[in-house]
Amino acid sequence: MTTMAAAPKIDPMLPQQYSVREVVKETADTFTLTLESSNGTAADRFHPGQFSMLWVFGVGELPISISGDPAQHHRLVYTVRSVGQATYALVSCEVGDGIGVRGPFGTGWPVEQAHGRDVLVVAGGIGLAPLRPVIYEVLHNREKYGRLVILYGARSPRDLLYRKELTAWARQPDTQVLVSVDYGGLSWRGHVGVVTTLLKFARLQPPRSVAMVCGPEIMMRFVARDLETHGLARENIYLSMERNMKCAVGFCGHCQYGPHFICKDGPIFSYDRLRPLLEEYEL
Amino acid sequence: METLERIIAEHPFFAGFESHFPNLLTGCASNARFDEDTYIFKEGEEANDFYLIRAGRVAVEIFAPQRKPIMVATLGEGEILGWSWLLPPYHRKFHARAIEPVRAIALDGKCLRTKCEQNHDLGYEMLKRFALILEQRLEATRFQLLDVYAVR
Repeated sequence: MTTMAAAPKIDPMLPQQYSVREVVKETADTFTLTLESSNGTAADRFHPGQFSMLWVFGVGELPISISGDPAQHHRLVYTVRSVGQATYALVSCEVGDGIGVRGPFGTGWPVEQAHGRDVLVVAGGIGLAPLRPVIYEVLHNREKYGRLVILYGARSPRDLLYRKELTAWARQPDTQVLVSVDYGGLSWRGHVGVVTTLLKFARLQPPRSVAMVCGPEIMMRFVARDLETHGLARENIYLSMERNMKCAVGFCGHCQYGPHFICKDGPIFSYDRLRPLLEEYEL
Repeated sequence: METLERIIAEHPFFAGFESHFPNLLTGCASNARFDEDTYIFKEGEEANDFYLIRAGRVAVEIFAPQRKPIMVATLGEGEILGWSWLLPPYHRKFHARAIEPVRAIALDGKCLRTKCEQNHDLGYEMLKRFALILEQRLEATRFQLLDVYAVR
C-alpha cells in the first residue's frame, strides 16, 4: 500500500507563481533548482515521491519529482536533466526567473509502512532525485527505521548526482552507501558494474526490508527481479513509474498504464501490482 | 587461527558445499596478497588458478591498442576472480588489476581439474557453481550493454 497524497488546497489546474532562488549544476546536463513562492505563501507539504507540474512560460509544462527535504516544505527543490526543449528551458532558468507550479501530485514512497524495518533505496541515474526525500526522511527520523542501505548506479563517475551528500550519508550510523558506475575510468577506485551487482554487498535483512527503486524502467525490472531472488517479498518492493503526464489529476488519460493512471494512482506502485504490466510489450 | 579449510568452507561461493569437499580443495589452496595497482594476471597468460577474494577490490580490464585499458567490472569481497582455468585452452581472457590491497585464497586450477576428474561429484558441484557465476556475469554484461542511463 502506498500513501495517498493530501488534496491540494487550491484549484489543481491553476499554476502558482514561484521564483527560482538557486540553481546548482550537478553534472554536465543535470541541474538542481530551488523555488520559493513569489507571493510568500507556504507551499503545500509534500510526501517523498510526489511530483509537481512545472510550467516554463512560453515553452510548456513538465512533470518533475520533488527532490528536496520534506521538512523544508517552504522551498521546492527539483533536479532536472536537460533532454529536450522544455527541460533545457527549465535548467537554463536563472535566479529570479518565474516558474508556474502545480501540485504536489501523486502517491508517495511508503515511508510510514517502512517504520521499524530496514530501508533499501536503489537508484539509477537521475532516479536518485525522487528518492532523496526518502533518505532525508529516514535520516531525520533515524529511531523509526532499521538500517538504511543506498545502492546507486550511474553511467560514469561524471554522471553521479549529489556527490557530497553521498559521502555525508555514508558517514551516518546504520547507513551503507554503495555506488557503482557502468563505465569507470582508470582513476575510478569505486565499483564498476550494473547496480544489481551491488546487492550482494548490501548489509540488511531482506525479510524485514522495504525496497524503494527508481530509475529507467528496464533497470527497475532487473532490480525488482533480483530483490525477489534476495528474499524481499513483492509487496515490499516499490517502484516509481513514469509516463506522459499532462493534467496530473487523472482527467486526461495521457498517462494511462493498464488499469492505472500514473499521475493519480502512482507514480509509486508496489511490485506485486505492477509485475504483470511490466512484462506487457506495448504498455 | 583461521585455517585455509575453514576460510574456504565459509566463503560464500562454497555455501552449502558438502562438508568433505573443502578438505579436498585445501590441498590446492594457498594465501595470496596483491598490492594496490599490481596486475594479478593479464590477458593471454595461462590460467592456472582462480581466486576467492577475501578483502579489497579487483578491476577486470580489457586492453585495447592505442587506448587506455577499459575497466568493465570490479570484483570485491566474497566474489570469485577467474574462470578460464576451467575451460580449454586455459588462457586468461582479461586483465585483472588490484585497485585496492587485495587478500585472497588462490586455488590451483591444474590441481583442481585433476581432483574434479577423479571425483565427479566434486567436479559437477564446481561446474554448477561456476555456471551460476557465468550466468550472473553474462546477464550483468547484457544489462550493461543496454546503456540504460543514456539520453534516448
